[in-house]
Amino acid sequence: MPYKPHVLVVDDEKEFADTLAKRLGLRDFKTAVAYSGQEALTLIDKTNIDLVILDVLMPGMDGCDTLAHIKASHPLIQVLMLTGEATVERAIAGMKAGALDFLMKPCDIEMISEKLLGAFKLKSEHEAKIKEAEVNNIISRKGW
Amino acid sequence: MWTVRNLVNQIDTLFSGGADAPGHYQSLTRNIIITMLVVTILPLTVMGVLNHFQYGRHLRGELITPLASSAGKAKHSFELFFEERLSTVRFIANAYEYEDLLDDHTLNRLLRVLKTELGGFVDLAIINADGDMVNYAGPYNLKGKSYTSQRSFQEVLIKGSYISTVFMGHRKIPHLVVAVQRYSDEETNWIIRATIDTDRFYKLLGTIGLSPQSDAFLVNSDNILQTHSTYYGKTLEPCRLDIPTGSQNTLITEATDAKGRQLLLACSGFGNADYTLVIATPRSVVMRSWYALKSDALLVYAVSLLIIIFMVIKMAGALVKRIKESDERREIALTELQHTQKLSSIGRLAAGVAHEINNPLAIINEKAGLMEDLVAAGEDFSQKERFSQLTAHIITSVSRCKTITHRLLGFARKLDTVMEPLHINHILKETFGFLEREALYRQIEVRLSLDPNLPTISSDRGQLQQVFLNLLTNAFAAVEDGGVVSLTSAPGPEEGLLVTVKDNGCGMSEEVSKRIFDPFFSTKKENGTGLGLSISYGIIHKLGGSITLATQPGEGTQFTVTLPQNPPTDTQGSPEP
Repeated sequence: MPYKPHVLVVDDEKEFADTLAKRLGLRDFKTAVAYSGQEALTLIDKTNIDLVILDVLMPGMDGCDTLAHIKASHPLIQVLMLTGEATVERAIAGMKAGALDFLMKPCDIEMISEKLLGAFKLKSEHEAKIKEAEVNNIISRKGW
Repeated sequence: MWTVRNLVNQIDTLFSGGADAPGHYQSLTRNIIITMLVVTILPLTVMGVLNHFQYGRHLRGELITPLASSAGKAKHSFELFFEERLSTVRFIANAYEYEDLLDDHTLNRLLRVLKTELGGFVDLAIINADGDMVNYAGPYNLKGKSYTSQRSFQEVLIKGSYISTVFMGHRKIPHLVVAVQRYSDEETNWIIRATIDTDRFYKLLGTIGLSPQSDAFLVNSDNILQTHSTYYGKTLEPCRLDIPTGSQNTLITEATDAKGRQLLLACSGFGNADYTLVIATPRSVVMRSWYALKSDALLVYAVSLLIIIFMVIKMAGALVKRIKESDERREIALTELQHTQKLSSIGRLAAGVAHEINNPLAIINEKAGLMEDLVAAGEDFSQKERFSQLTAHIITSVSRCKTITHRLLGFARKLDTVMEPLHINHILKETFGFLEREALYRQIEVRLSLDPNLPTISSDRGQLQQVFLNLLTNAFAAVEDGGVVSLTSAPGPEEGLLVTVKDNGCGMSEEVSKRIFDPFFSTKKENGTGLGLSISYGIIHKLGGSITLATQPGEGTQFTVTLPQNPPTDTQGSPEP
């Protein structure tokens, strides 16, 4: 059984987050849901998350703050920003801060999964490179 | 003080009352004209009238005094003349005894001396107490004639001396008589009587030195002329003027003669005889300088009156015109401002609503998607086909909603304008390129008349394309197949330029044209969001230009866009809040 990318959906709209998670679950993703930035951060710490779909506009800690925290603690996790038109500027700011892409609400599920897969591929390559570098490092140190 | 304030308030209302009334400007003009005329002409007139009377009185005194003084002087000469004659006769009476004078020789000698030395004496007569002439020297033989009944005799008995008025003598020549009574030593009285002709009167009157139109003469208390008058009768005829006699002072009166001439009469009565000297001068001669002054003043008054009236009317007209223009400008500016504000607030509202709707829309989208997924993944059931159709419809509707909300948000969003130098003609051609196919297909004639000499302007290419595409699309929608749409570019005001998009399509009513730039106002029912023109309006204003329309139902519509050569420095203006 192939590895399913682990996606965390963060949105204060419970219905939206749950439904999106469920639909992604039907499409070869393993999903988790968080309803606030804080919740998302704890979940990321506890479980092994590959990708995060992050709503920009949330009460309390908003998308951009959450992104900053995620990038600080888990730089390898790829983040997709989810936004309405009015907050495009903030989404762009998020991308500058390290988010991979942004999605406009309401969005097409196929497009999301496509982007997620792209992001996961990127992450995997990234990790592979890191692993390769580590292996090389160990090999060079052992001096075989 | 409240009365003063009241007055001030009333004056204020005179110029500000009923600013919205239809005849406001006419009544304002009228009020200004009347007020200005009153405050200028009234003092001028009062001043003029006062001056007229004051100056007139003064000048009349100045002019009349010489007349009175020459009358007085002439009277004095006459009095002196009479006094001299009387003294001479009195001297003879006293110097000679009655008996001496009864001698013919002596009396004739005396007459001769009087004639040569004094002149004017015609005869001398001695009358005794019974009134009989006892001796006579002169041209007539009157000796023995009785004078008892004569007035001169009666008077001289009472007064002692007498100067008569003029009468016709025996030779039909005007004479007058001087008589003196003398008491002899024997207590009997006798009288010496001399007759004098009136030639000397004319000599004396001649010395006054009068102007040709004037007249000088003597009258007695019965208003009988004692000398010839040039205009008013001959000697011993009644004077044709009404002369106030009896006053010994010089009197100035006015009278009108038979010819209707206004006269000034200087009358002066003699103290020693029953005569009044009259100098009659036409008023016009005396007052000539006064009349000249008066007519000059009147001319000046009339001319200044005309100038004042002309200037006041002119100025009031110009003033009110300016006020009217500035009122109209303010009105237009206010309407424009209101419109912009309306657009801005509607935009803000729309953005808020769109944003709020976006979230539930996303949920609907996801739920419908999940349903679709579940149906697709689940086993077949009887209505599976219909179910997936229904969910597909929901998703299409949601995506339609999404288009609307995104455009709404775009409408309100702050767009970054990218300024670059550009040729408007390039943009117009490019934009028209998008619609060329439709034009061909629908056989719409597109008339491009682009001025090749237009300057490059600095503006935003993408946004201008959006605007012109919108205007052209509208024009295409308005015309029937085979209609005409013309696209024109030309130099505009202040080095800017002017683009017109004109169609000969359906046009629109005034009702519609008023609201055409309002957001969500659409005549295309389901085919439009009602945002196109509203967005275009926002863009053009942001770029520092303006967009106006002229339309006539059934005849077509013309949109005119003006663009400045350089955009305003603040390009992030309306409709963004």
